[in-house]
Amino acid sequence: MSTFVDEKPTQNLEPFKGVKKVPHEEYYTSGHRTCQGCESAQIMKLMAKAAGPRTIVLGSTGCMYVANTSYYATPWGVPWMHTQLGSSGSSALGAAAAFRVQMRKGVMKDEPINVIAFCGDGGGADMGLGAISATMCHPDYNLLILMYDNESYANTDIQISGASPYGVNTSFSTPGKVKRIMNHRWKKNMAPLMMVGHPTVKYVGTISTSYPLQAMNNVRKALSIGGPTFIHCLNPCPKGWDFDPVLSFELGELAVNTGIWPLYEIENGKLSLYGKTKDIANHKFKRLPVRDYLLKQGRFAHFIEEDIEFFQSKIDEMWDKWLVPGIIPLQREIEAE
Amino acid sequence: MATLTIPVEEKKKTHEQEALITGAEAIAIACKLANVDVVTAYPIRPYDTVMQYISQLVADGEMDCEYIVAEGEHSQFEIVKHASACGARVFCGSSGVGWMYAMECLTVTPALRIPMVAMVGNRALDDPGAFGVEHNDALSVRDLGWMLTWVDSAQEALDTALIAYRVAEDRRMFVPLAISCDGAFLTHSQALVKIPALEQVKKFLPPYNRGDLLLHPDNVISVAPQANEDWVMEVRRQNYAVTEIACDVIREVYTDFEKTFGRKYGNPFFEEYMTKDADVVLLGMGTMSTPVKVAVRKMREEGKKVGFVRLRWFRPFAGPEIAKCLERFKAIGVIDRDFSFGSPDLSGVVATELRSAMYTSAATRPPVLDFICGLGGREVTVPDVEKMTEITFEAAKGKAQPLTQWIGLRE
Repeated sequence: MSTFVDEKPTQNLEPFKGVKKVPHEEYYTSGHRTCQGCESAQIMKLMAKAAGPRTIVLGSTGCMYVANTSYYATPWGVPWMHTQLGSSGSSALGAAAAFRVQMRKGVMKDEPINVIAFCGDGGGADMGLGAISATMCHPDYNLLILMYDNESYANTDIQISGASPYGVNTSFSTPGKVKRIMNHRWKKNMAPLMMVGHPTVKYVGTISTSYPLQAMNNVRKALSIGGPTFIHCLNPCPKGWDFDPVLSFELGELAVNTGIWPLYEIENGKLSLYGKTKDIANHKFKRLPVRDYLLKQGRFAHFIEEDIEFFQSKIDEMWDKWLVPGIIPLQREIEAE
Repeated sequence: MATLTIPVEEKKKTHEQEALITGAEAIAIACKLANVDVVTAYPIRPYDTVMQYISQLVADGEMDCEYIVAEGEHSQFEIVKHASACGARVFCGSSGVGWMYAMECLTVTPALRIPMVAMVGNRALDDPGAFGVEHNDALSVRDLGWMLTWVDSAQEALDTALIAYRVAEDRRMFVPLAISCDGAFLTHSQALVKIPALEQVKKFLPPYNRGDLLLHPDNVISVAPQANEDWVMEVRRQNYAVTEIACDVIREVYTDFEKTFGRKYGNPFFEEYMTKDADVVLLGMGTMSTPVKVAVRKMREEGKKVGFVRLRWFRPFAGPEIAKCLERFKAIGVIDRDFSFGSPDLSGVVATELRSAMYTSAATRPPVLDFICGLGGREVTVPDVEKMTEITFEAAKGKAQPLTQWIGLRE
């Protein structure tokens, strides 16, 4: 063999050219029991639609398992299998390996099959991080890990995860008489972690369900590029974030427009920002104050002015001081320049 | 005359070979013969030598499989679990706390009806650190629906690995199976092993067929959705149904094994050694059989009517059959290379199980003494066995003995 990586062809999933060109077929339909305004369920639907019928989906424990897939009422129109909370990485690897070897041995029809494993922020940024990281190091298996991020363990009564925002009120970080802020951790920067830590990965990106066409096309790109890929999706959660479900879409937009949730793709090592994030970086759009985003959510209702200011200062830092603004938290030595 | 020489690779297909190999290597060769599709490895002594051999077989082009080194045992078992769901024949394994690290995955595998075959290189659980054999690692899954078997020689390891795939992948079963090999005493000890011809193995072991449970775009199913109190009990009952027929399936497969390869194991569930006219017997699992058999022969020369029963299958536990075998003796001394702290009579796992089987299935109830012995890889010595036999004879004479005793313990 002349190459070090034994690549297998993928499905070539061209981007959908506009909303009207999106196929009508759904592979994630009725049957789930998710909340009104659930953006995590929304990304499941978009992801399945984007991937199409020659796909299998592996779902680790979380809302999108427990609330999503009830016996006798599965919403999945593609094969789906439960995997353990920390196993999105290993499940995708196992499935991809099984298909590959059986196709090589001639006991299964040789065709590219999309293997997608999803996890929540608890399953991905916390418990499953090691397994995802290991999987990202296997360039010969084609698979996508999609992390839907509602910034909490949202199916176990809302508890903080490694991807929860600073200061958030959850059932494990409730403000009290003496301590107002119980969560001092800053949200884990998952997509860059996946990219920088695993240099052979060809595609890592962030998406938001408030931009559904773009989200689907990014999923299609991740599935077409080959090797293991990772997508991090922010999903506003009416129950966990405590807002009126009618605001789900708007909060997704606000997360981008305040600069809290940058949208970008890293494709073969090349970073490209998209949507409003690109405009923020190019100074064509002035970031909205984070206050506009925070105060729409009950989970930040305990914030006093000082907390909002601190949050704002951290977001400013992301954009003004980071080596790659909004993405890579190494800081330039501005004074020395 | 060049025409008389059959190339080695060709010969392997049609002729039985003989080689001096360890227990771990024997299982690696069985995996090759079984044409295993996906293997996952993670280092922990002593099981990991099997993965070293497999890695070499893959590198040498002798075995065609996806060989994945995981980042921990949890992933190791999850990877093969999903590979098996997608139709691949799989192999993995572990030892001691590594096996325990995978516990979540070991738990879910039987209910998912995954016919995974794993090797456990039995090892003491931490702490304190010890590489030596203890059976508590594999025994930790005894209530979960795994099949558990203990082998005592490299030949039996190889044969049992082939049998394991036949049994586990039988559509009536579809449950995981662990082959326990005592750390060091079997994993690392060489013996002459007859390696069956590939053609014979193909005859014995049909390809794994996941059938309508296959996870593949052509078969749109949802596996293991949330079932809650509505259905969990029915799912458990299905695993129970497997245990009801497990002994019959195992018996069938051993009969077919004997027909195909000509090697006889007699009763699949236990081996009897010099029990015919015995007054008392010792009973245990794994490689302790070597010193016990030596001691039994020695005591026989001294006129003591003692025998040995080696338990091969712990799950399923062939209760009625074992009870039937043991009810004829005047006393039974169980050697437990494990512990079950706080159990009834503070005995080990095997003795506790055996007493339960005897209570319901034996016509007479001879005393069942328990000896905790050989923990952490400590040798079960011939004098140890003589001492245990002596105590068992005392019990046979009607002299009350403590139900649990630690043997070979430093004073």
